Amino acid sequence: MMAPDRIWNTQAQSRARRLARAAEALGKSGIGLRGKQVAADDTVKLLTAVLECGDRVCLEGNNQKQADFLARALTQLDPAQVHDLHMVQSVLALPEHLDLFENGIASKLDFSFSGPQSARLAKMVSAGRIQIGAIHTYLELFARYFVDLTPRISLVCAQAADAQGNLFTGPNTEDTPAIVEATAFKGGIVIAQVNEMLDHLPRVDIPGDWVNFVILAPKPNVIEPLFTRDPAQISEIQVLMAMMAIKGLYAEYGVQRLNHGIGFDTAAIELLLPTYAESLGLKGKICQHWALNPHPALIPAIEAGWVQSIHSFGSELGMENYVSARSDVFFTGADGSLRSNRAMSQAAGHYACDMFIGSTLQIDLNGHSSTATAGRIAGFGGAPNMGADARGRRHASPAWLKAGAQARQGRGGVHAMPRGQKLVVQIVETFREHMQPAFVETLDAWKLAEQAKMEIPPVMIYGDDVTHILTEEGIANLLLCRTDEEREQAIRGVAGYTPVGLARDKRMVENLRDRGIIRRAEDLGIDKRQATRSLLAARNMRDLVRASGGLYNPPKRFRNW
Amino acid sequence: MKLSFSELSARERVAHLLDAGSFTEILGPAERVVSPHLAQLGVPFSFDDGVVIGNGTLWGSKVLIAAQEGEFMGGGVGEVHGAKLVGILRRAVSTRPAAVLVLAESGGVRLHEANAGLIAVSEVMRALLDVRAAGIPVVMLIGGANGCFGGMGLIARCADHIVMSDAARMSMSGPEVIESSHGVEEYDSRDRSLVWRTTGGKHRFLMGDCDRLVEDDMGAFRAAAAALLGDSKALTLEGLLAEHAMLAKRIECFGDCHDALEIWQRLGVEHAEQVTDMESDQMQNLLSDNAMEAA
Amino acid sequence: MEHLKFDFAGEHAPQNFKAILVGVVGSGNLEVLMEPGADPAHCTISITTSARGFGPIWEAVAQNFHSQHQLAGVAISINDMGATPAVVSLRLDQAAASLSFTAGPAL
Repeated sequence: MMAPDRIWNTQAQSRARRLARAAEALGKSGIGLRGKQVAADDTVKLLTAVLECGDRVCLEGNNQKQADFLARALTQLDPAQVHDLHMVQSVLALPEHLDLFENGIASKLDFSFSGPQSARLAKMVSAGRIQIGAIHTYLELFARYFVDLTPRISLVCAQAADAQGNLFTGPNTEDTPAIVEATAFKGGIVIAQVNEMLDHLPRVDIPGDWVNFVILAPKPNVIEPLFTRDPAQISEIQVLMAMMAIKGLYAEYGVQRLNHGIGFDTAAIELLLPTYAESLGLKGKICQHWALNPHPALIPAIEAGWVQSIHSFGSELGMENYVSARSDVFFTGADGSLRSNRAMSQAAGHYACDMFIGSTLQIDLNGHSSTATAGRIAGFGGAPNMGADARGRRHASPAWLKAGAQARQGRGGVHAMPRGQKLVVQIVETFREHMQPAFVETLDAWKLAEQAKMEIPPVMIYGDDVTHILTEEGIANLLLCRTDEEREQAIRGVAGYTPVGLARDKRMVENLRDRGIIRRAEDLGIDKRQATRSLLAARNMRDLVRASGGLYNPPKRFRNW
Repeated sequence: MKLSFSELSARERVAHLLDAGSFTEILGPAERVVSPHLAQLGVPFSFDDGVVIGNGTLWGSKVLIAAQEGEFMGGGVGEVHGAKLVGILRRAVSTRPAAVLVLAESGGVRLHEANAGLIAVSEVMRALLDVRAAGIPVVMLIGGANGCFGGMGLIARCADHIVMSDAARMSMSGPEVIESSHGVEEYDSRDRSLVWRTTGGKHRFLMGDCDRLVEDDMGAFRAAAAALLGDSKALTLEGLLAEHAMLAKRIECFGDCHDALEIWQRLGVEHAEQVTDMESDQMQNLLSDNAMEAA
Repeated sequence: MEHLKFDFAGEHAPQNFKAILVGVVGSGNLEVLMEPGADPAHCTISITTSARGFGPIWEAVAQNFHSQHQLAGVAISINDMGATPAVVSLRLDQAAASLSFTAGPAL
């Protein structure tokens, strides 16, 4: 029986009212709307017209690109008119993102990663200025945009727009398709800041039908280079760990499809492919397909023919021309430039990769891995999607089957059913800067959870997803551990001279080594004295530029020549 | 097979620069002639006080050599470090090698040792000039990541020859000092490209402040040093006056320039904006139509 | 600055050798000087370090080095500027690798 008096298109009606208010407000000023284009000076007026108190607003807020002009405009709203906004965004990167809460314009926040704002965020949370809904991973947040966190207004950024409101997001497409899809098809309003207006776009990344307003920003939007690592800073110990990773894991399991978490440890692996891995005869046998941003450190391996495909979450400043010139490897549009897509890459990293390897700040005796530190609410970003077994996966590959078989060897009950498992590797030196141990009895995440009143401690990668821990002391294979005690000693057995490592049961650790659960460099046939920087295919930024044939153009801060 | 000069330690550079096995170290680490000052300041000392000195051969010719370790105290010259440099220079006057090779990588005076370091630098200059007066060439080889700055920069310009790689830098004041004295608008020390345009090997070469530009490779440094053996440049009043005249002309020609790019353009370098990305061997032909004569 | 000294009874005396130096006293780094020792049956390790309070770790590292190599007639002197145990072990191994033995230990 139909509900007699209920109106079923309130959202569409609300959108129509908001758009009418915008037309009126902009018409009054005499500058008005030209097609979909709104003058930059009218931005505050536009936002005031379309927003209502309590609205859920998505602000880009991506990992790399930022709709900084729109963020600034949002902070200039009159909190008496617009308040209690519920912000949903991937990343809190700019001071303005938190100024919104300071200014009383926004009060609730759902996000994924906060990077540079993590300390200020923690302070504001404890002062009661922000109510956090939840901290997510990127893919998880995008998913909720389609369930219960759909934005009413989305403020996005693009490289260019045309008069119809079509958007060109180019190499840094990142989160925009996911955000705009959720907003446009559920009664929402999409406002885009762009760097230029063109008569004809190089390609259409977002159709104009999905976009309501376009604003030419006075300055190009901010983009951060986050995935560039100067090879000059890679140490001998990192070279040693990279050698162990390649021989003890990549070769051992035949890893063809993978994601690297960002860091110098993984940059060292990338730079050892054309040299050390080549000497082991591994080309074609490992590392052919990647879910990865365009890492400059991968250039030598790409040039040497190691890589068949890379799909990227975003772009990387300076890599644009290189990517365009390597369209066999990267995903590019008809215009020749990269097309990135964070949501799709996250799905690829979760389901289509056989291995994730990345670094961390702390690991406890169960293998739980966390980057949480007291006094900072940094969030998760995308790592947990890569660094987690994809239990929904069904297609097999040799690496996936081998890992799954090792985990289930000799077990009964529910674990007797054969299934595969993703390799999730934590690579970390036992001591970090200032001789801080990476191995601890209790993660700082517990303290942070208490401070910030979180329901559960923020763990980046759970111990039951971690398959291997690799340190300068060796590799612990947790897949082969059968008891909590074995697991604990396996971890202590690679924890070096940290208090956790020194407290090991030496006999048990020797036994684990005999059984191959712990493998040291010598067990892998690696001579530690060969771990020198001369093994790196590129040893500084200039080497990377040379390797790219001059196509890679590093941002100024990396140009030390 | 290339071997990067900048990646090696001072000790390794000496071993690869000289004829294999020909090096005998003087006052090596086992003799423990260490800094008397650093321990008082709670700073670890180094057994060789950050400089390797000794004798060997290069292409069969006898040479004396000194190599500064840039990773120890930034290569700063302290009392003992300076004394070792002075000692090897004085030995040259009596043993008359084909050259004294100085692999300089230093921030200048080791501030921890204050006046002892300053005095050491001036003693090194005096000893170097004595070697030149004796007709023995002193060749500076500058290729380390820390560059050659401060008092060592002054010492370098007292030598007969300077060989630099394009990765290296040579100057007096360091970039951070310039920024804090004159402000970031004038000189942004974090703009590394600017720093290399101002003080790097390519600029020094185009200006005539170094006479050889090589790539960051031990073989290239070895060949350049070998070619300079026995090539002593007389120290005369006329020479000094000519140098002064050259410096006056430099200010006249380039004093109003704001960036090295402008200087290179005025020097007649075509496509000056490409210089930064050129390899060292591509630089050799740029000065054939040089508008400015090097000293 | 801290000074530590360890003395171990060893077994494997290297053939006569000239002083060996590996490493550099830079931040996070150390130099290791290996010389013929006064006592032909012992291996001594003397450490001068800018890092304070890590005595037990130095002892564990020294102990592990000695368990592996069992050197005798060797004196090791270290100047350290905050290297991690991983780097210390690496340098010690690099120095030991230069020694020759008539009937050597498996390195």
